[in-house]
Amino acid sequence: MGAALQVKNISVHYGGFTALDSINLDLPKHTTLGLVGESGSGKSTLARVIAGLVVPNEGQVLLGPELLKRKRSREQHKKIQMIFQNPDASLNPKHSIRQILSEALLFHRIVDRAQVGTRCKELLARVHMDESALDRYPHQFSGGQRQRIAIARALSVEPSVLIADEPTSALDVSVQRSVLDLFSKLKSELDLTLLFISHDLGVIHEISDTVAVMKQGRLVEINDKDQFFSRPETAYSRELLSAVPRMPNLKPSGGFHEPRT
Amino acid sequence: MMAIRPVLEIDALSLAAKSNKKLVDNVSFSLSKGETLGLVGESGSGKSLTLRAILGILPRGIEQVGGTVKNEERSAMVFQDPRGSLDPLCPVVKQLTEVVYYRQRLSRRASRKAALELLHMLGLPASLQTSDRYPSQLSGGQCQRVVIAMALACKPGILLCDEPTTALDVTVQKQIMETISALQVELGFAMVFVTHNLAIAAAMCSKLCVMKEGKIIEQGNTLSLLQNPQNPYTQMLMNSVLPVPELEGSD
Repeated sequence: MGAALQVKNISVHYGGFTALDSINLDLPKHTTLGLVGESGSGKSTLARVIAGLVVPNEGQVLLGPELLKRKRSREQHKKIQMIFQNPDASLNPKHSIRQILSEALLFHRIVDRAQVGTRCKELLARVHMDESALDRYPHQFSGGQRQRIAIARALSVEPSVLIADEPTSALDVSVQRSVLDLFSKLKSELDLTLLFISHDLGVIHEISDTVAVMKQGRLVEINDKDQFFSRPETAYSRELLSAVPRMPNLKPSGGFHEPRT
Repeated sequence: MMAIRPVLEIDALSLAAKSNKKLVDNVSFSLSKGETLGLVGESGSGKSLTLRAILGILPRGIEQVGGTVKNEERSAMVFQDPRGSLDPLCPVVKQLTEVVYYRQRLSRRASRKAALELLHMLGLPASLQTSDRYPSQLSGGQCQRVVIAMALACKPGILLCDEPTTALDVTVQKQIMETISALQVELGFAMVFVTHNLAIAAAMCSKLCVMKEGKIIEQGNTLSLLQNPQNPYTQMLMNSVLPVPELEGSD
C-alpha cells in the first residue's frame, strides 16, 4: 500500500520562531492519522503546509508520486481539502447552503451547471441532512449541522486527502460523537485518507489508526494507535495520556468486567 | 434539621428573555461551606446564565422572573476564556493589585504585596515581581491562573467557575484542576463548577446537577448519580465521554 501523502523534512519559521522543525511524515492510503499535541505545538501549521496555505521554508510535500510545488495546480488543490475548527467562520454568512456547495462544484468543474442541484442534494444526504437545507443560510443551523455542511463542501470536490483541524472542538459532546461517526463512515465509503488533528485524546482514540505526537514544532512520536495508548514510547506522550481526566470507576467491584484490550 | 447552614441557596430560579422565552426554569439547589457543586449540560442549557444570576450580572435583555437567590457570602467568578477576561492593555500584576486595592481596602503598597503573594500561591513565575507582563505575554494557562488569583483577591466565600479549563490543554487543565482543589482545601470556599465534561465534574464535585434546556433534570451525589443515572439524557452525556484506555504500568 503506497503513501497517499508524504511530508519530507518540512520546516517553517515565523520570523525567529520555528513553528515546524524538519517534520517527516507518511500517510498510508485509506488510513487515519491522528495528530495530537498542545496548543502552539505546530499541528495546525503542519495541516496548513499540507493544504498549501502556508509555504514551508524547507522541505517538500508529495501527493502520491507527485511533488507539490510552491504554486499548485487547480487539480492538486482539489485533491487535498481541509475542514476547520470553527464552522461559523468557515461558511460565508451571506450565502445560502446551495451557493456554498455549488461554488466549489463549479469552480473545480466537478459537474455541469445543470446537474449542480442534484449533486448538492446528494452531498447533503451524504452528511445526513435534509435537502430543504439548501435554501437556508448558515446562521439558521446549529453548530453540528454547520460542521456537517463544511464537511459536505470539502467532500464535494472528491478529494483524496481530507484534513480535519479540530473539527469537533467547538461542538457539544453528544454532537461530537455523531460527527465522528460520520467521519469514519465517509472515510470507508469514499476511500479517503484522513489527517485528523485534535488535542482531545478521547477523540483521537476513537478515530485514528496511527497517532503522531507533536511538541514545540517537532514530531516526538509516531505509533500505532493501540501501542500508543497502552505503551507510549516517550515520556511526553505518557505525560499527555496521564493528564486526561477519566471517569471514576463506576462498576461495582466483582462480577463481570470487560477485559483490558 | 440542617447541620450546616448553606452559604448559597437558590430556590425556583427562573430567567426569561424579553420575548418571554424561559431560559432557566425552576432551578433550585443549595451549597454548604467548602462544598463543590457541578452543573453539567450542553450549550444552551442555562448553566452560565444560572451562574450569572448568582453574581447578579445577567446579560442585557434577560430578567429574573421568579425564585430567589440567597447568598450569605461574597462570590467571585472565573470565566472560560482567560484572555478575554483580562485587560490586554494593563500588565497583570497591576491588574491584580487594582482588584486587591478596591476589594480588600489595603494601601497601594500592601495591595501590591498581597497581589504578588496570590500570584506566588497560584504558581506563577517569581520574575513577575521585578518585571510585570501583559496578558499577551503569558500562556493561556498562566492567564487563567491570574484570573483565578483575581477572583480569590475578592476573598470570596463562593467561587463560581464557568468552564475554567475548557480553553486549555490537557496537561495545563490537570494543573489548574489540582490548583483549584488545593486552594479550596486551604481557603475553604464553596464552589459552583460549570462544565460539559462529566469526567472533570466527577473529579471536582461532590454533588452534581444535570441541566437540559433550562431545567435541572437530575441532581444528587456525584458518585451515586453516575453509578445509577435515572434520566436517559444523563446516560447519553456519560456515554459521550470518549474513553481513553488505561496506560500500562501507570499504577
